[in-house]
Amino acid sequence: MPFIPHTPEEVREMLEVIGVERIEDLFSEIPTELRSSITSKKIPPAMNEMEIGRLMRERAARDGNPLCFIGAGAYEHHIPAAVWELATRGEYYTAYTPYQAEASQGILQLLYEFQTMMASLTGMELSNASLYDGASALAEAVLMAVRANRKSKSRRVLMPLTVHPVYRKVVRTIVRHQGIELVELPYCTACGNIVPDSLASLSGEDFTALVVPQPNFFGVLEEVDQLADWAHANGVLVIGLINPTAAAVLAPPGEWGEQGADIACGEGQPLGIPLASGGPYFGFLCCREQLVRQMPGRIVGRTVDLDGKPGYTLTLQAREQHIRRSKATSNICTNQGLMTTAATIYLSLLGPEGLERVAAACHDNTRQLLEKLTAIEGVELQFDGEFFHEAVLRFDVPVEPLLKRLARQQLLAGYPIAEEYPELGDALLVCCTETKSEADRERFAGLLREAMAEMRGS
Amino acid sequence: MSNVPEELLYTKTHEWVRQNEDGTVTVGITDHAQDLLGDMVYVELPEPGNSLAVGDECMVVESVKAASDIYCPLSGEVVEVNIALADTPELINQDPYGEGWLFTLQPAEGGEREELMEADAYQELIESES
Repeated sequence: MPFIPHTPEEVREMLEVIGVERIEDLFSEIPTELRSSITSKKIPPAMNEMEIGRLMRERAARDGNPLCFIGAGAYEHHIPAAVWELATRGEYYTAYTPYQAEASQGILQLLYEFQTMMASLTGMELSNASLYDGASALAEAVLMAVRANRKSKSRRVLMPLTVHPVYRKVVRTIVRHQGIELVELPYCTACGNIVPDSLASLSGEDFTALVVPQPNFFGVLEEVDQLADWAHANGVLVIGLINPTAAAVLAPPGEWGEQGADIACGEGQPLGIPLASGGPYFGFLCCREQLVRQMPGRIVGRTVDLDGKPGYTLTLQAREQHIRRSKATSNICTNQGLMTTAATIYLSLLGPEGLERVAAACHDNTRQLLEKLTAIEGVELQFDGEFFHEAVLRFDVPVEPLLKRLARQQLLAGYPIAEEYPELGDALLVCCTETKSEADRERFAGLLREAMAEMRGS
Repeated sequence: MSNVPEELLYTKTHEWVRQNEDGTVTVGITDHAQDLLGDMVYVELPEPGNSLAVGDECMVVESVKAASDIYCPLSGEVVEVNIALADTPELINQDPYGEGWLFTLQPAEGGEREELMEADAYQELIESES
């Protein structure tokens, strides 16, 4: 049955009223050469459930079952079975904040709990009900900082090269037509992070905000206290871009430097969302109370009804697009309801202590893996800065053929970064979460030793 | 019936303008406007020293219903803003022509003032809109 509520008779009547013959005529103002040439002829015939199920299983099997040491923004973590068992119950199974939201007290309470957890994890006063993903959350944080920092007139935002290259592209795409200039900040190729002293030459210039990734794209920890203090001393707002798992063991953005960061954001995928070809994931966005009116998206508040009973409600809607139209704080005023539900359940099952243990295990496993790998001839750590659960390794053989060879042995050894960071040569970004055992790490080291010896010999 | 003081000038967008003895003007929103907007919860004031042109969206008042732009009634430079509104935006509801003033402006030279409405014209406008 087609999902169109109008009968052909009704369609004909409607066209008659507006004086148009065919539906296609409604699109006549679009030049022919711009119209899609895809016709129904190119779409293969429909399949039934049994056929499509088989096709999908066969395609999935082609991926094999490799051991994955790639991180680079998406991380494989253990997800307790209860997370998705609960998240996919009918009461929660929606992708959005509901329309007529107050009729759905359960989902509002869940979002309220989510906000409370994220505010506590980031050390900030407020959180919204989530955004689409980490990269768009960073773009929203930049737009928010530009609105909030009224002392700064420059609309220039310091964007370190240690921020995920894809995030930088997304931010550029979203802000470039809004008169905002992104100023690149270099990093130290020996330590892998921003050298706080290098900012001294920028003191006194007008910048609106500084993005501080923690850990950064290379897995290296930034000197967040010094960076935040420099920014505040120069009238610059601080945007913390953080990994939520790492936040369990690192100082939260709310405690960076003397005053703490002004905005904290990031990708929520590590909190109970499986790796699935890049999504759906979710972004989080938290801030200090003073900035709440510049925060985009939905915020759920707790209140009492006329009888004094607790209840939950969408709040601060006055600046959303259904009221402010083009002047809304953002035109992405929705959230990732289902992903947020899973993350809230994940966090409530682990608790602060559980999340801390996950983070500590990730760091420990990565340390052990790096010890094994750097013992191999021709493999070196690129940076000497402190790391969390990811690090850049440099090889004395070409990385691409090495990766291909290891992939044939069902090992995804890491993320090649030469394209974005040619100055680092044959380098790989390698990640090891709590999901990798001693045997897995040993297998990685063994296969790599073999591969490098052969590549050098040939 | 809305209160429309005789001695003030008005805009079509429901701002009022009072001429002060020192040459500056005080700007606020009318009793009619505050009544339509409802309870004020937040005010985003302009920056003193900013130069504004007539018709500029120069600040935002936010009520429980909506966040609304305030349009600058005359070109000029912002002299003073009503910082009391930061903590007590409800002053706009309680006393729109007094304690609830928004900002003062040093008007630039020019004949823009003639574009503003007298009280009786504004009274007619709001009656025609209701």
